[in-house]
Amino acid sequence: MYKFYETSFKNQTLSIREKFQNLSFSYIFIICILAAVGITMLYSAANGSWQPWALNQLMRFGLGLGVMLFLAMVDIRIFMRYAYVFYFFVLILLIIVEVTGHIGMGAQRWINLGFIKLQPSELMKIALVLALARYFHSSSLQSIESVRGIIVPALMVLFPAFLVMTQPDLGTALMLIFTAGAIFFAVGVQLWKFGVVILSAIVCMPIAWHFLRDYQQNRVLTFLNPERDPLGAGYHIIQSKIALGSGGMFGKGFLKGTQSHLNFLPEKHTDFIFTMLSEEFGLIGAVFVVIVNFLIIAYSYSFALKSSSYFGKLVAIGLATNFFLYVFINMAMVLGLIPVVGIPLPLISYGGTVILSVMAGFGIILSVYINRNMNIGKD
Amino acid sequence: MNRDNDKGKVLIKRSLILGAGKFVLLIVIIARLYYLQVFQADKYKMLADENRISTRLLVPPRGVIYDRHGVQLATNRQNFQALIVAEQTPDIGATLEAFKKIMPLTEAEEEKIKKDLRKNRSFVPIKIKDNLTWEEVAKIQLNAPDLPGIIIDEGLTRYYPFGEKTAHIIGYVSSVSDTDVKDDPLLEVPGFKIGKAGIEKLFEKKLRGKGGNQKLEVNAYGRVMKEIEKVDGIPGEKVELSIDSRLQTKAYDLFGDESGAAIMLDVNTGEILAFVSTPSYDPNQMAQGLSSKEWKALSENERHPLINKALSGQYSPGSTFKMIVALAALESGVISPQSRSFCAGKMFLGNHAFHCWKNVGHGYINVVEALQHSCDIFFYETAQKLGINKIAEMSRAFGLGSKVGVGLENEKPGLIPDTEWKLRRFGEPWQQGENLISGIGQGYILTTPIQLATMTARIANGGYEVHPTFRKADPGEASEIKKMKLNPVNIELVKQGMFNVVNIPGGTAYWSHFDFNGQKMAGKTGTTQVRRITMKERQSGIVKQEDLPWKYRNHALFVGYAPHDNPKYAVAVLVEHGRGGSTVAAPIGSKLLLEALKLDATSQPVE
Repeated sequence: MYKFYETSFKNQTLSIREKFQNLSFSYIFIICILAAVGITMLYSAANGSWQPWALNQLMRFGLGLGVMLFLAMVDIRIFMRYAYVFYFFVLILLIIVEVTGHIGMGAQRWINLGFIKLQPSELMKIALVLALARYFHSSSLQSIESVRGIIVPALMVLFPAFLVMTQPDLGTALMLIFTAGAIFFAVGVQLWKFGVVILSAIVCMPIAWHFLRDYQQNRVLTFLNPERDPLGAGYHIIQSKIALGSGGMFGKGFLKGTQSHLNFLPEKHTDFIFTMLSEEFGLIGAVFVVIVNFLIIAYSYSFALKSSSYFGKLVAIGLATNFFLYVFINMAMVLGLIPVVGIPLPLISYGGTVILSVMAGFGIILSVYINRNMNIGKD
Repeated sequence: MNRDNDKGKVLIKRSLILGAGKFVLLIVIIARLYYLQVFQADKYKMLADENRISTRLLVPPRGVIYDRHGVQLATNRQNFQALIVAEQTPDIGATLEAFKKIMPLTEAEEEKIKKDLRKNRSFVPIKIKDNLTWEEVAKIQLNAPDLPGIIIDEGLTRYYPFGEKTAHIIGYVSSVSDTDVKDDPLLEVPGFKIGKAGIEKLFEKKLRGKGGNQKLEVNAYGRVMKEIEKVDGIPGEKVELSIDSRLQTKAYDLFGDESGAAIMLDVNTGEILAFVSTPSYDPNQMAQGLSSKEWKALSENERHPLINKALSGQYSPGSTFKMIVALAALESGVISPQSRSFCAGKMFLGNHAFHCWKNVGHGYINVVEALQHSCDIFFYETAQKLGINKIAEMSRAFGLGSKVGVGLENEKPGLIPDTEWKLRRFGEPWQQGENLISGIGQGYILTTPIQLATMTARIANGGYEVHPTFRKADPGEASEIKKMKLNPVNIELVKQGMFNVVNIPGGTAYWSHFDFNGQKMAGKTGTTQVRRITMKERQSGIVKQEDLPWKYRNHALFVGYAPHDNPKYAVAVLVEHGRGGSTVAAPIGSKLLLEALKLDATSQPVE
């Protein structure tokens, strides 16, 4: 088992009360603002009704808050201790989904536990960050800078990413790879190695192209030229840009988005909710949401910097990056900057799993903050 | 420990770079938002409105066409149709069954309804049946509880109360075809009809009016959410014609089964009072659309109901041309009122014989008598002395040989030949013999009935250059009409000849004379050969016209005017293959003129 060096009184386990007092309430407040924006937009998406989305989302956010606070109260050493166990557990779930998916009805991304549809790929986003953080926490800079030292963590990324890709869920697979890439960058892996990987990825692109499903190929092609298929796949992007652009500086007003309410905008309650928000609240509203998201990331970074443990720092940065990727990919997608990959906008898009996974991430980040003075040994 | 420190420093440094990268990416998002929402906002606002707003054109009611007394010749009638809206009925099948019990549907109709229902979204009304009568509408409304989802829609369709009687004047409206000039968005409206012939075509712009529009907000599926704006159109203007519907009806009825044309003009204004071409077609049917079988029957009929014979039919004027020859001869001094020619029944030019219609001849006759008896020899000789160019000049002065220009389509110019024309057309000089036959309105000469009517009106009014028109004249317009430079004595002689034709026993139209309160008719008959009489036939006795097949029979013509002493009305009548001008054409002209006089006398207001 693992031992903890208790070098100072600071490393003593904190009481629940002390932990609670150390919570960053402004961080939680900002998260609540974002969730409130999301619920408001879902209310609008249902043409001014709490049904069918806004009320559900509120309840899920409540549940998410509970999960967040629970995880915030967990000792950071626990996360470190069970990082690998958790990683392998999620990996096995992914394999189960993969296997049953093949046996069952094709593309399946979740395990039905009865009360909740568990989506292992969402859990993997957290598990991967924890496992990599633990790995790099324990390895020396020398090892990190060597080729051998990063083979194991690279495999830790690529294996689940491959499984998720075959589900097929290209968006989540890419998120896993980007999150891991950010962690690799943060710990000090030399830039030339990224160069090699990117180069070989470009070389492999034509081969990978053949492995993409038709609809994925279409999405990329449509992204490159939305007018290619204005009534089919390109329709989403075109209508999204029309909705956004027509919102102008101040928007058309709450519940007054014509593109959204007349159903020209597809998926307005999930992936394209940011478009609807921008249509109804204009540039002002959109920038406000960008800023709120930025604040959450900035807070997470400040927590990372304040943490005295390498593991804590890396976990906070990794999870913040994961959150950032959600936000950026979703926004860039609806703005027509990248292909439509099906990534929701966390806390605003309708969807339970994402709320829970993102709130769990915030819980762990809060735990990092609460345990900021905790030094954690190398193994 | 040192390396551990380095490791921590690297992490902080790299994390800050990473954070800065994220910051930059979020700035990119904001920049993109700014680009789309501020820089390109106008473009996308327009596109959003294009998405959202569906503009529907509102078709204005077409202008009504009236006759000179305000009787409607073309109007709009309400047309009721039954529609079904799928989403408003719990069971489409049951509703249709219930409908069929009230009003049977053919299998083809039912097939089409089902196809339309499949093709369209459930809120789109589908036509079940149109042109419903009032009784049918009432029946549907009475059974409304059994017919959920069925609605009655009313529109306007063009209606011609006089049907075929006015078809060749009014024309008809029909669906826009690919070849029509699309200068008005209204033409794109499904089911919109435009004037395809006649007055409907001539005054299309005026009658059409201006479309209004209705801006509707629609959702992505095309369902109408609300009306945003409505701009009413401008209804089409009315058109008042010179036609008198009573004379028009009379003229049409007088033809019976005969095929031909009749025109009546006001000799002082040129207003067309009646304008008939028979047989005709039903413009109401045209407006609704003909089946290809019906169309074939119309277009292949040997009597050509689709051709406007009054404007497009070119015929030899025959003896009705003799007034022009007489006038040209008198004006140029080739003959005097007293000079006489001897008619022996035939004359020779070289060794070629020219016959008078009367074998035994007319003896010594002057110009008035020649007109009265329609002596051919007199006009052969006169034309021989006169030459074709003088005849042509006078013809043109009286409106022959060129389009009179009433504005309707397919008007033909006819043909007045002269020496230059012959040379240009055939590269041959004009022949003496051609002068002779031109003198009796045969040979190359071709005229249309409307030209003959114009000619007659100009004779009757003493040489005023009236132009036929369908436009109702404003009071006082007559004074602007130019008068030809003719010796009034000469024109009176010609009119005397025309009076004698009708009113002196032995005149060719004597059997058609009338005396209505002292008002009499003057005129001239004409009979033109469609087929040459062969020498053999001439020797063995001429075959009776009645024994020939219809299409070989002679054309019958009559031109005339009344009252004789103060002319007001001029007519030209042509009966295709009508055998004889005296027997068939003159009675029609006479009855029509008498009708006009009677109507004047009673001058009772039109209903």
